[in-house]
Amino acid sequence: MRDVAIIGAGMIPFGRRDEDTLMEMLAYAALKALDDAAQSDTGHVLPPIDAVYVANMGGGMLQRQTAIASSLVDRLSLMPAAAETIENGPASGASAVKNGLLAIASGYYDCVLVVGGEKMREVTGWRATDFVATMTHPQAEYPYGITLPGMAGMFTRLYMEQYGVTREHLLAISLKNQEMGTLNPYAHVEMALDRDGIFDSPHSIVNNPVTADPLHLYDLCPVSDGAAAIVLCSLELAKKLSKPPVLIAGFGQATDTQTLQEREDPTDLKAVTIAAQKAFAMANLTPADIHVAELHDAFTILEIAESEHVGFFPKGEGGKAALAGKTRLGGQIPINVSGGLKARGHPVGATGVAQLVDIVWQLRHELPANRQVQGAKNGLTVNFGGFGNNVLAFVLKRVEQ
Amino acid sequence: MAVDMELEAVLRPIQYPMVPYPPKVITLANGKKMVIRQAMREDVPAILKSVHPCLFIERDYYDIVSARLYGELLAWYRYRVKSEYCLMGQVDGYLVGVVNGRLEDEKVGMSYHTLAIDRGLRIGSHLFAAKMEYHIEYLNQDAVLIVAESPIGFRRWMVEYPLEATKIPHELGGGDSYRLTREIYLKAKPRLVVGDRPVPQDLMDEAMADIKFADDNTIRERIAGLKGR
Repeated sequence: MRDVAIIGAGMIPFGRRDEDTLMEMLAYAALKALDDAAQSDTGHVLPPIDAVYVANMGGGMLQRQTAIASSLVDRLSLMPAAAETIENGPASGASAVKNGLLAIASGYYDCVLVVGGEKMREVTGWRATDFVATMTHPQAEYPYGITLPGMAGMFTRLYMEQYGVTREHLLAISLKNQEMGTLNPYAHVEMALDRDGIFDSPHSIVNNPVTADPLHLYDLCPVSDGAAAIVLCSLELAKKLSKPPVLIAGFGQATDTQTLQEREDPTDLKAVTIAAQKAFAMANLTPADIHVAELHDAFTILEIAESEHVGFFPKGEGGKAALAGKTRLGGQIPINVSGGLKARGHPVGATGVAQLVDIVWQLRHELPANRQVQGAKNGLTVNFGGFGNNVLAFVLKRVEQ
Repeated sequence: MAVDMELEAVLRPIQYPMVPYPPKVITLANGKKMVIRQAMREDVPAILKSVHPCLFIERDYYDIVSARLYGELLAWYRYRVKSEYCLMGQVDGYLVGVVNGRLEDEKVGMSYHTLAIDRGLRIGSHLFAAKMEYHIEYLNQDAVLIVAESPIGFRRWMVEYPLEATKIPHELGGGDSYRLTREIYLKAKPRLVVGDRPVPQDLMDEAMADIKFADDNTIRERIAGLKGR
């Protein structure tokens, strides 16, 4: 198996992109990643793109468009590159990266483009919520009207009862991530929240209403359009480029039961734990070695729970750590410096790739000082599919030239 | 333009007496204070300057809502509509939203439009709630007839309150009216109607000074830009 590095990373601003088609968004992000790789290729050593993996969850349902990867290679004139669309719910992005990684590690391909994108804002919020809910169990959950926010609400209630998580802890995540979003030009939500306006004031009952008890509006990520892309090649080749290569030092993937009620302990996100453990073992690193992390905070409770399940904090301590500022920039382990899904947004197919793009920028030390984790060398991503029933984790490592 | 007051006496509709809406202040999600106060007739030309750029925004039916609001406010300004009123929201003196309506008769109100010029802060929800508060609590009406022109309006008014469907035509000429009754209002009030009175003098002074406006491009970006919600 060859070591694999990320040599190009690009993203388009997330938000409501009424003027762009899904294919245009994918193409814009792809071109940015390809351009990034090309700028590094001063010696002209990069081979042509062998394969394109496209992560997308809803093209067939929302845009009535399938075979999206086949369309994208044509749009980008990358023929005869191989092309495949990867659909794995909200973990589609990381799944597509995994496929690209394995293809290069095996030695079959030398250079791969991975693109993730989603266009969710052309339907109403109700339809978007219903579309995302199609990932739930087709007999035991979906017909009864379950939605992902509803599921997250029940999960939060259990977590509160078992581990003492409070609304103050959830609030700390909302405030932190939306504050970071104001610094990220790619973020969908660039509005800092005020504690009084969404929590203390009696007016907060309208500003921040209950959405899925005990979760409130600002505990949820927005519904977004967006796309992100990376270019992968062997580490050996990457070392010939001018920018510091970012090694995919480890990855892990694990699954769990589709329904929450079938799990021995529904608050135990086993797939997160196992995926992270596999990634750390492959990278020969521990949670203490990570300098920056992008976790899948589709709901504020998930950032807390994932920060515990990947091993940054003991169970029951994640919320307290967030409240104490340990997960802020400059804290013990900065989490979601990008603003996370909460502020950057969550175009489902794009998210897993966007997390890697943000970590690549961190490890290359390319971000402005107010977003850069100083001296970051190792980063972690967690892309959470379903309600924790299909999870991928990546450990990235900066390679000094 | 010279006004023939003799003819005006014929052309101008009668006006029901209307008690003024007492201003209130609301803390928004970003911590800013929004003052909601009644617009005076002489405020209309200034308000129209902020409505104008919205006429050309197709997103979320801003064009039709703005065009109709523009005409309604102009009709009020020129005395061509019966018993209309307008409430407006201001943050740091800047106009961020407008709502209007009128009295169909002494007991039934006719809701016109709600226009949020800044988005993502539930300004429209707060202003619509103020409009219902005015009809029921201050004008002492029994019901308000309402239609929505956008899916967002439908979600915010018909679903959130929730309003009762009727077969009564609405004067805007769209779908049949939905109705807010006193009973529905009082039931929804604890979760949808907020605000503090009296407004602190410094905030009131700022709101009553010349109304400030964002420039056209800023308004378009806030409503229809990439970050628009």
